[in-house]
Amino acid sequence: MISRTRRRSTALAAIGTAGMLALAACGGGGGGFDSKASQAAGKGPVKLQLMIASSGDAETNAVKAATDAWATKTGNSVEVIVASDIGQQLGQGFAGGSPPDLFYTDAARIGDFAKAGNLFAYGDQVKDENFLPSLVQAFTYDGKFYCAPKDYSTLALVINTDLWTKAGLTDADVPKDWAGLETVAKKLTTGKVTGLVIGNDINRGGAFMKQAGGWVVSDDGKTVTADKPGNAAGMAEIQKMMKEGSLKFNTDTNPAAGWGGEAFGKGITAMTIEGNWIHGALSKDYPTVKAKFAELPAGPAGKGTLLFSQCWGIAAKSTHQAQSVELVKALTAVDQQLAFAKAFGVMPSTQDGIAKFATAYPGDAAFAAGGAYGQGPVNLPGFDPVLAAFNSKFATLSKGGDPKAMLADLQKNGTAALAG
Amino acid sequence: MAGRKNNIHGREGVAGWLFVSPVIVILGLFLVIPIGMALWVSFTDWNGNGSPFSGGPKVVGADNYLSLFAKDGLTRANFMQSIGNTFYYVLLVVPLQTITALLLALVVNNKLLKGKSFFRTAFYFPSVTSSIAISTVFLFLFQNTGAVNSLLKLVGIRGPQWFSDSRGLLHLLFGAVGVPENPSWAQGQIFGRSAWDWLAGPSVAMCVIIILVVWTTTGTFMLMFLAALQNLPVDVDEAAALDGVSPWQKLRLVTIPMLRPVIFLVTTLGLIGTWQVFDQIYVMGKGAPAGTTMTPAFLSYNQSFKSFKYGSGAAMAFVVFLIIVVLTWFQRRLLDEDRVPRRNRRRTNPPAGAVPPEPPLVPVPAAALQESHR
Repeated sequence: MISRTRRRSTALAAIGTAGMLALAACGGGGGGFDSKASQAAGKGPVKLQLMIASSGDAETNAVKAATDAWATKTGNSVEVIVASDIGQQLGQGFAGGSPPDLFYTDAARIGDFAKAGNLFAYGDQVKDENFLPSLVQAFTYDGKFYCAPKDYSTLALVINTDLWTKAGLTDADVPKDWAGLETVAKKLTTGKVTGLVIGNDINRGGAFMKQAGGWVVSDDGKTVTADKPGNAAGMAEIQKMMKEGSLKFNTDTNPAAGWGGEAFGKGITAMTIEGNWIHGALSKDYPTVKAKFAELPAGPAGKGTLLFSQCWGIAAKSTHQAQSVELVKALTAVDQQLAFAKAFGVMPSTQDGIAKFATAYPGDAAFAAGGAYGQGPVNLPGFDPVLAAFNSKFATLSKGGDPKAMLADLQKNGTAALAG
Repeated sequence: MAGRKNNIHGREGVAGWLFVSPVIVILGLFLVIPIGMALWVSFTDWNGNGSPFSGGPKVVGADNYLSLFAKDGLTRANFMQSIGNTFYYVLLVVPLQTITALLLALVVNNKLLKGKSFFRTAFYFPSVTSSIAISTVFLFLFQNTGAVNSLLKLVGIRGPQWFSDSRGLLHLLFGAVGVPENPSWAQGQIFGRSAWDWLAGPSVAMCVIIILVVWTTTGTFMLMFLAALQNLPVDVDEAAALDGVSPWQKLRLVTIPMLRPVIFLVTTLGLIGTWQVFDQIYVMGKGAPAGTTMTPAFLSYNQSFKSFKYGSGAAMAFVVFLIIVVLTWFQRRLLDEDRVPRRNRRRTNPPAGAVPPEPPLVPVPAAALQESHR
């Protein structure tokens, strides 16, 4: 009897130990792969995983076609994974030690990803591809160029041509500076239509800060410059136009709009400030609205716009980094970028590409031009919550919020985030 | 004889362990050990890269916890705002859902009601529907030009912009009775947040989520109340009727006291569920407007998976865990004290083996929960 009992307890203990071991194996799973993480020699066909955040079928199919072409040519294979929430899915992949080999990476996340050691910095291998300097800067963190820019967008002034002509305005009236913008916005404000409606955060309003010579961080990304006078001046201009009734945030219109493009499409506003993605929304939801695009009017410190971009990130833990870089080179080739532009309307990230794009799509010249002087997003680690807090206050500009106090908070929180 | 008896008992013990071992192993593997791991992570600066146990991440002691309470900064500001938001959320949701569920249960338990099963199904329906789907439907209902505002317009009220209105209800109330904006008496700072901010109350946007959650959870709790109601002894009811009580007296003095274990269950489950609210927030605005729908659970997720500060995110989760434990304990004390007048307390602790005369055994876990805690 006793021996049987003992055998049973031994069995129990064995079950328990096995469980613990299994768990330990899961927890320490990263360790086993680390040793292999160094660059693979590139021998034999490999299977790459590419995670994308797709804007729709057009984009998914275009990326699949491009990667399939590369796969057939090189004998490798590429699996395209369409993420529903790419930030979270990547976070899981990194934490679990098995991220996809390649993935879309937003410029704003470069610092977070790089600081956590998740990104393979291969900028040196692709720097000859002649990317736009502003894009190279957007993907450079701590002096290292991390990844090849995929494409980019900039903000431009979107004008409803019907309302424009109805107000008696001509092409010569397209605003060149803030004074001009105030004049046309006032003229376009009638009854239920507001002259200009913009999004209620720094991703739209920040253009005014840039035009007034300000920005959140210095060009080298080493100091927070929220307290520079240009920032307050830009926000003051927004408030000034709001007082005159010629500018509203999308959340303050009646009825409120989800974003500038919706307000524009519904005819709540005659002008908005958005990127070239507005093409898709207009042709899909508001096919009757006619629009033209102009560069944003210059402020006291000259022209300024904001630039948004994503790059082809490669995981530091990928075992196929050499092949991944080869794939990126194929995807950033000029012809391929123009094919993407045709399929889903993004702008090429290389200088040759954007030159050809501007000739092929003259209506989008205003967006393309912004690439030369556009300000990329803040790409420092830990800035995500800082800017989220600032944005939630930015929305109160329309209710008399004090720009100086908001910027002081931004300066304080940003400096703390920069210190780590 | 004695030896033999011991032997039998010994074997029973082993058999018992054997029977529970699968559950112990599964609970241990997937619950206890992960919680232990998370606790460890909350004391490190792990950034999600590699294993948190093998050298890489630094142990930072209580830093993650200090940054939530003691260190002036964005993390504390966000966390305290989320605690404030959730406090008002819980304060409204738990009583509302408990009272509504009880009322609905009383209605569908009524012997005179026709089409009982129809109503039971109808009331229970929201509970079995996916919270994500319901949240999406509510997004449409409460749009600025949505069904709710259209209805309000019919009766001449201009509805608010539900999802972009960050004004707190209490602030609106203060405004209505003539208290000035941000008065001098509310300037004191509590955890880096002014008393005025703490007194904001739930924002208009949060109210939508409160309505949504009350609507979806009430069905489940109604079912629990219903099960308890159907198990109440009929003779007590009859005795009360013979004594000539009014329906209101019967409810207040007879039915509700007998339902106390279920009330404890419902409020406890409500308390736990509401402090952990996540999916509704994820679908309906992710903390917007102005952070007034931010909750600790969502903040913890953001901090971990967006900012890669897993240590700080885990610390938030454990603080919420502690809040729930303390509140549940407090609530149990409250309901326990009420149930039995102090002078009778001794007698309700019967000798082992005796059947406790009270409370009526209700075939829901409430009874079990209550008894096991004694």
